[in-house]
Amino acid sequence: MLKIDNLHATVAGKEILKGLSLTVNAGEVHAIMGPNGAGKSTLSYVLGGRPGYEVTQGTTRLDGQDLLALEPHERAAAGLFLGFQYPVEIPGVSFVQFLREAANSQRKQRGEEPLSGGEFLKLAKEKAGLLRLDMDMLKRPVNVGFSGGEKKRAEMVQMGILDPKFAVLDETDSGLDIDALRVVGEGINTIMRAPDKAVLLITHYQRLLDYVKPDVVHVLAGGRIVRTGGPELALELESQGYEAVA
Amino acid sequence: MTEALAHPTTHDEEWRYADGEWLAKADPVELAHWHDHAIPAGEIERGFAVIEPGEGSKVDRLRVHVGKGARYEHFVINAGGPYARCELDVTLEEGAHFELGGVTLGGGDARAEIVTRVVHAPRATSSQVVRSVQWGRSVGNFLGRIEIPRDSQQVDAAQNFKAILLEAGASANAKPELEIYADDVKAAHGAAVGALDANAAFYMASRGIAPEAARKLLVRAFIADAFAAVAHEEVRDDLLEQALHYLEDASL
Repeated sequence: MLKIDNLHATVAGKEILKGLSLTVNAGEVHAIMGPNGAGKSTLSYVLGGRPGYEVTQGTTRLDGQDLLALEPHERAAAGLFLGFQYPVEIPGVSFVQFLREAANSQRKQRGEEPLSGGEFLKLAKEKAGLLRLDMDMLKRPVNVGFSGGEKKRAEMVQMGILDPKFAVLDETDSGLDIDALRVVGEGINTIMRAPDKAVLLITHYQRLLDYVKPDVVHVLAGGRIVRTGGPELALELESQGYEAVA
Repeated sequence: MTEALAHPTTHDEEWRYADGEWLAKADPVELAHWHDHAIPAGEIERGFAVIEPGEGSKVDRLRVHVGKGARYEHFVINAGGPYARCELDVTLEEGAHFELGGVTLGGGDARAEIVTRVVHAPRATSSQVVRSVQWGRSVGNFLGRIEIPRDSQQVDAAQNFKAILLEAGASANAKPELEIYADDVKAAHGAAVGALDANAAFYMASRGIAPEAARKLLVRAFIADAFAAVAHEEVRDDLLEQALHYLEDASL
């Protein structure tokens, strides 16, 4: 589903990704682990198309489509979802307004009919319930005044509503207590564990992987994948550290 | 004072950001003309004003006398130009209140300004919120003068100005002026000029919202502050939509 080949990318003139290659098949969950500064967040921003993250070499295809040729909003409509490590606060714009605009903007780009207000609210209610996020929270401005855990739950509600085929989740486990971690983990499983979907989990720690079992684990260091293995690799990293394993 | 204003130039403080060339050619009688309005004691009144793009250069001056315990609310969208000035001279009697919500927006070479002078009697209050959204080489200005004479105790006066510049080349000026002679008063003012939040724009894009729609949502949230005091939701939405409509005409 996602095929990254020899990806090189620079931020502010400095090369961060140095020939990263990775293939994620439909139905799979891959975890990317790695030390600070390895390029984990850069990878997620490059996939999302954040301004300032420049690809200098390599290709990235989502279901055969050249992802790097698309604008960020077009990537979303093509089925990519980016879960933020630090979800952005947008004062004055309610979650309901924001997500309805997002859902209908994606539908419009795909040539689908827009959701009516009622249809959208029904969908939002269902997904908020799944992540145990109070529907009233979605009437508030985007992420404003939300705790770290609430922001991450809200990210997952967004993912549920937007129904992507491929999700890149950047440190979704950071800032979560154990209860929130379980809810978010179950959310990822319910929303994204399907034969026609796939997930790339970017994480520091093993603990989220207790809830979302990865099929493949990669170690990212120095801007490239240095090791790939099964779920046992995450445990090995946890007990021995990155330096010993990679 | 009226004589000094009869043919102003940009050397006058109150006209320092005006279009000097146009001023020099403008009819002094028209420039010196004030619309007068009085709110009887205890009454509540609301005024709405819109200067549309393409109306040509103009100066709209309104002098309001707000009676004891009365309240006057004024909401204005100034999208005019090349030079459009919307000016209010407000005198508040004891315990009266003045509420201003103003928005300037424009592109090209437009120069839109909102200018206020509010004189407070004891226990009078005023709240002024102005938002500017500018692109091209346009300029948005807010000149706000708060006067609190010596006997006017327990006055509460607030001013808040923020501008968003959508393109390099646009600019905004804030000129708060507080003339306070009483000691038991509250007077606050704040001003900030910036660009649209790039993080918010990318966050929206990552959810599938196209750049124009994202800009519209962000600008809507930004200028909504100016109309937050509009009691009727429908009227508030109408004002917002009208202001955003001028933004849509911009080719950014």
